[in-house]
Amino acid sequence: MSLLEVRDLKKHFPIKSGVLKRQTGTVYAVDGVSFSIEKGETLGLVGESGCGKSTTGRALLRLIEATSGSVDFEGIDVMSASGGEMQKLRRDMQIIFQDPYASLNPRMHVRDIVGESLKIHGIGTKEERKKRVLELLDTVGLSAEHADRYPHEFSGGQRQRIGIARALALNPKLIICDEPVSALDVSIRAQVINLLEDLQDEFDLTYLFIAHDLSVVKHISDRVAVMYLGKIVEISDSALLYDVPQHPYTEALLSAVPIPDPHTERARRRIILEGDVPSPANPPKGCVFHPRCPRAQEICATAMPQLANTGGDAGEKHQVACYFPARFEGGTRAVSDTPFMGASSGPQA
Amino acid sequence: MAERLLEVKDLSTHFFTYAGVVKAVNGVSFTLDRKETLGIVGESGSGKTVAALSIMRLIPDPPGKVVGGTVDLRGRDLRTIDDEEMRQVRGNDIAMIFQDPMTSLNPVLKVGNQIAEAIMLHQDKSKGEAWELAAKLLDRVGIPDADKRVNQYPFEFSGGMRQRAMIAMAISCNPDILIADEPTTALDVTIQAQIIDVIREMQERYESGVIAITHDLGVVAEIADKVMVMYGGRTVEYGPVDEIYYNAHHPYTWGLLGSLPRLDLAEKTRLTPIKGQPPDLIALPSGCPFVGRCIYQRPECRDRWPDLEIVGPEHGVNCWVPQEERLSIRETLPLFEKATS
Repeated sequence: MSLLEVRDLKKHFPIKSGVLKRQTGTVYAVDGVSFSIEKGETLGLVGESGCGKSTTGRALLRLIEATSGSVDFEGIDVMSASGGEMQKLRRDMQIIFQDPYASLNPRMHVRDIVGESLKIHGIGTKEERKKRVLELLDTVGLSAEHADRYPHEFSGGQRQRIGIARALALNPKLIICDEPVSALDVSIRAQVINLLEDLQDEFDLTYLFIAHDLSVVKHISDRVAVMYLGKIVEISDSALLYDVPQHPYTEALLSAVPIPDPHTERARRRIILEGDVPSPANPPKGCVFHPRCPRAQEICATAMPQLANTGGDAGEKHQVACYFPARFEGGTRAVSDTPFMGASSGPQA
Repeated sequence: MAERLLEVKDLSTHFFTYAGVVKAVNGVSFTLDRKETLGIVGESGSGKTVAALSIMRLIPDPPGKVVGGTVDLRGRDLRTIDDEEMRQVRGNDIAMIFQDPMTSLNPVLKVGNQIAEAIMLHQDKSKGEAWELAAKLLDRVGIPDADKRVNQYPFEFSGGMRQRAMIAMAISCNPDILIADEPTTALDVTIQAQIIDVIREMQERYESGVIAITHDLGVVAEIADKVMVMYGGRTVEYGPVDEIYYNAHHPYTWGLLGSLPRLDLAEKTRLTPIKGQPPDLIALPSGCPFVGRCIYQRPECRDRWPDLEIVGPEHGVNCWVPQEERLSIRETLPLFEKATS
């Protein structure tokens, strides 16, 4: 059984305007997202700004309430859990935020920031908690003398370590990492990535790693899900995704990431997408990507294709939501002219 | 022999603050030829933006001051010309694109107005002609319906389009040099690819020299002909792009390259980060600013800044570790094993 199972998760935000604050529109931030994460695995969730990746992460923890869909964590239905049950669940599900400046209370000592959750959950005596905090600081590479300082005395990388120590305090099973390294400089980013990898091995953690940087996501993840306008368009083993991307958006995204190697860069062919991402308040009919898609045909404007197994050896490991996915057989890439309706069913409603 | 546009020698810019003197740029030298792209790479606080602003004489004084060096623009020393002449240089000879296109455009003026303003300031054109040219420029940088868009306000533009508008403004007077300060950092990666494309196209069309300031070594690999690596206000290494990526000599450059996850490599290799934290710019050592984080440091590193050592064609490095020792250290780095195998 998977540790986390998300089915058809939706989060729609109302747009209200006028004096009466009547609802005049809807932002389809997350619009039917399904995935599962196995214990000990890292699933990367990647996409550009506004694609709904952070909203997905927050809806899982019910930091914002989802519109519909189900989230199953170790057999417990997260969406219908009561306040008390939710508090217990959050022991096992923690989050690390993007901005190490905004996510730490500037008026609290590091000791209290890291130890707060222990206190809330009534774990140990005061002395034990004190010891545990120092232990946690040591785990993330900070020292005991840091415990009595305030967040402003730390650099960005150190603050992110404090955020990680806080997330680890309750021995969680799942950590949602919401752009944990985006605000950090290159050399510091590598330190934090290595730390996250070490902690995963040491404490048998499961990560949902949300980021916009494809090279970081590929580096840290076992599997990667690519999001576009509130939907997952492709999900696969991270190695497969780079070698045999099937969705045209994935291909464009991969080709747009500059590679720090001048020879490789000169030899690459770049797919430049036209235009901008449409507004999630007014997503295109049919496949959300079709207005920018170089492969779009008539059928693409009719309905969003279902996320379906790509077939071949990959089986369930590689799924794509596209009528005209790229196929790789015998080392050559081909795109069929006949729409692919998925291994199991037709277009999704 | 290519035409030399810019020659910067020993440029130093300091900020005099209550807490102490911040040596933001400390003796930096480089050159730029026509049609050439120089990438300036470094992390936050390395002095790359201050170096560019110093060339443009846009450092707020006080607290900042260019305290030394020369900036030679085709025979003119930009440090000594008067303010009026400098105003002509900005826009006409050197134009700049900034990181955040939202804060660098005026939100209450139409986009066309802002571009036309630059044109009328530097060229003998009427208002109507300037607006017409503005629309033409917007079209040239790939904005659809440029005739309509020219009458819109910045908030009606997406991030990528705003950056295109900034580029249109920058090229409006056909400058010899285009300085792009983190032009794509605020943008998504597919939009970044579009903008890099536009900058390149404009460079080719106007035969400009480009200085691209960025922290992204991927972008540099893509666009730069030569690279300057900055750390703590100093140039630690300088050379042609291939030399920097495949024949790097400075431990900081190794550290940067080893810190990068690579999209194109199949096997999962562990990153080799640089240990420690970035230096406090107020309390920089008198020697090499990298000394606190360098695992190959020796006693002389702390007190004296090493002389420039030429290690290859146009390739210089400032490091106390003797060259032979550097080369043998480098052989042991996983990063360079991969490159040679």
